[in-house]
Amino acid sequence: MYGTGIIKGLGITMKNLVIPSRQFNIHQYPNRKASPADLAKLEEKNTISFLFSNPIKSVKALVGLVTIEERLPQHARFRGEEFAWYDQRCTGCASCAKYCPLGIIKIVTDTSGANLQEGQSYDIETFDIDIGRCMFCGLCVEACPYDALHMGSGFEEGTYRRSELVIDVERLRKADKKPSTWFRPQLTDRGHDPIRGSQADWDEVGRHEKPTGDQQRDRWAKR
Amino acid sequence: MTGIRTEPITINLGPQHPSTHGVFRLRVTFDGEEIIDAEPVFGYLHRGTEKLAETRNYVQIVTLTDRMDYLASMSNNLAYVRTVEKLANIEVPERAQYIRVISAELQRIASHLMATGFLLNDLGALATPLVYCFRERERILDLFEMLCGARITLSYMRPGGVFQDAPEDFWPSLESLVGDLPHYLDELESLITSNEIVLARTKNVGLLTDEQAIDNSISGPNLRASGVKWDLRKADPYEIYDRVKFDVPIGAIGDTFDRYLVRILEMRESVKIIEQCLEQIAPGPIRANTPFFIRPPAGEAYSAVEGPKGELGFYMVSDGGVAPYRCKVRAPSFINITPLRDMLKGWKMGDLIIIFGSIDIVLGEVDR
Repeated sequence: MYGTGIIKGLGITMKNLVIPSRQFNIHQYPNRKASPADLAKLEEKNTISFLFSNPIKSVKALVGLVTIEERLPQHARFRGEEFAWYDQRCTGCASCAKYCPLGIIKIVTDTSGANLQEGQSYDIETFDIDIGRCMFCGLCVEACPYDALHMGSGFEEGTYRRSELVIDVERLRKADKKPSTWFRPQLTDRGHDPIRGSQADWDEVGRHEKPTGDQQRDRWAKR
Repeated sequence: MTGIRTEPITINLGPQHPSTHGVFRLRVTFDGEEIIDAEPVFGYLHRGTEKLAETRNYVQIVTLTDRMDYLASMSNNLAYVRTVEKLANIEVPERAQYIRVISAELQRIASHLMATGFLLNDLGALATPLVYCFRERERILDLFEMLCGARITLSYMRPGGVFQDAPEDFWPSLESLVGDLPHYLDELESLITSNEIVLARTKNVGLLTDEQAIDNSISGPNLRASGVKWDLRKADPYEIYDRVKFDVPIGAIGDTFDRYLVRILEMRESVKIIEQCLEQIAPGPIRANTPFFIRPPAGEAYSAVEGPKGELGFYMVSDGGVAPYRCKVRAPSFINITPLRDMLKGWKMGDLIIIFGSIDIVLGEVDR
């Protein structure tokens, strides 16, 4: 009989519409009810001082009328923009530049002796990453022998000009150091969380000693 | 009424058309509403992957294979790395093989879900079944993000294994997904399989006989829908497929409905394979000790895997250097559209899109 299929299909659609466990999120930035503490964090203020300085907003937030956009959680291995690069670890060997399939990393070292860091014999003058052409394959991270270069975890790097997409060495030095755990198992072992966690210092991101057989078995058996 | 005469009219479908799944152009000649000739024109997405591969080293080419069949990057990666391993005689650790099979089967489910969803979209069931398919695919892509940090362009596999072991929270998520998938597929099937409109539009439409399929060297679900029991996972077991039990579903007559149904049944078989892999997987190393610059001995190798769309093969010639001398891809999408003219001839205009959609091509792979 014609028509039963339509009724059956609409039944399934209604079921999915009503039952909350079957619903799924289609927003990239879902709205979330914000507490005064969230708002204070947004404005980089102490919660108590925020309560006094913005009383109306705080009351609204307490009642539940204020919503903020929340970024969906990513996984720790997410290969994103905002490369985390450690000047202290980089020797300027250009392994990353050689291994990049697109050749978008440009490194120039200065041997004149200016701007020397402690323990270094030359300065890295240029370290350009053209993320306008980057495909975020992460091979540069895999190639780095000193764990100086890491993928970042962001993806909101839209600019108006292509030239602004070239990350130069100053920007890399100043950038937030939130390395992704992609190809860096030592960061996972140390519990580093690139999304919610704090920044990782240069001496925390290095390769650890090789785990013994017993340690490996423990880790894998736990899965 | 002797003054009236009719003449055939040629219509361009594409290259920019929402139903052609990419930049694909089809020159169709109609007599009234009946198709009398169809000529596929492609090459709009040609990027010269095979030539580019000659200037890259063996690990860098993995990133190129992601961009061929962008709905099934894992299978592309698997086919490619297997060829390099054959070329350079690299032994792959067992755990790596299991992880590779699990991810390739997940990718098969994701790709078949897309094929099914867009088939229904082409039928005119705008978006509703597609959203169901996307919901399940979303969970698979989340797993891929957990595994390798990307959702589409994965670059997960390396010659000699995979680049990094799966994180600890991957396994419980995978188990819950494997538990949920059969229910999801039941729900999807109850929407589609017994629907009268779908049956009326797809049953006995776009027949591809088994002889025709074999003559055109069709592979994958399209071949099996025509009733030929040929699956590389059974016929020439690679990786660990000889250790898992699964059936090869085949269709009855090779019409559009069979091609749809075979994909649904294959997804169920993939779930079974993943369940068995989860039982069998054991701790161990995940990557063979390979150098950054692999230099295989001079020679040639061909290796094929059963991708979601068919036999996906790589033929590589090495001259002993860090880059291949020649890289040729046997792309299933490209070969599967060869009988398109025979399949379309004699059908009405309304059946064109549904027959075309049931073949499930990806233009990134057709043009490379």
